[in-house]
Amino acid sequence: MQLAKVIGTVVVTRKDENLTGIKLLLVQPLTAAGQPAGKPLVAVDSVGAGVGEDVFFVRGKEASFPFYPVEPPVDAGIVGIVDHWDVG
Amino acid sequence: MLLAKIVGTVVATRKDPRLVSNKLLLVRPIDPKGKTEGNHLVAVDTVDAGVGETVLVVSGSSARMAAGMKDCPVDAAIVGIIDTVTVSD
Repeated sequence: MQLAKVIGTVVVTRKDENLTGIKLLLVQPLTAAGQPAGKPLVAVDSVGAGVGEDVFFVRGKEASFPFYPVEPPVDAGIVGIVDHWDVG
Repeated sequence: MLLAKIVGTVVATRKDPRLVSNKLLLVRPIDPKGKTEGNHLVAVDTVDAGVGETVLVVSGSSARMAAGMKDCPVDAAIVGIIDTVTVSD
């Protein structure tokens, strides 16, 4: 999993039917210091995250697991909202 | 998933039998502001997208979960046509 900040929203009307009802958010991966790391990407949301929040997301087929038994075609999914993190 | 712009079509006669009658498109990833970045990709189209449209591309094994792509040898699939992208500043 990777830390990220939610920086925007994506609206898609014509889509795979298994994506219906799923929220798509734009996330910017972060370093442990909170700096942007790499390019922003689109991730699905299963925890009710919103713009401006720090989250962690999972990559790969596992991103579809929160929607079981539906298997939406997704490769990045937000699975937690971060309250705070510390670097030891 | 990636945001991408469709820049062309790909025609292939000799191919894996599981790819028969699937539309292949050439896409170029873009950033949220619409600027192109990175290399072109060949992606299979599952939503009737066309050249010039901005689309949502799913990569890796998840591409096989797109409609009709079960057990197909694909690693990039177009699964949505983007209406709007909003970035908060």
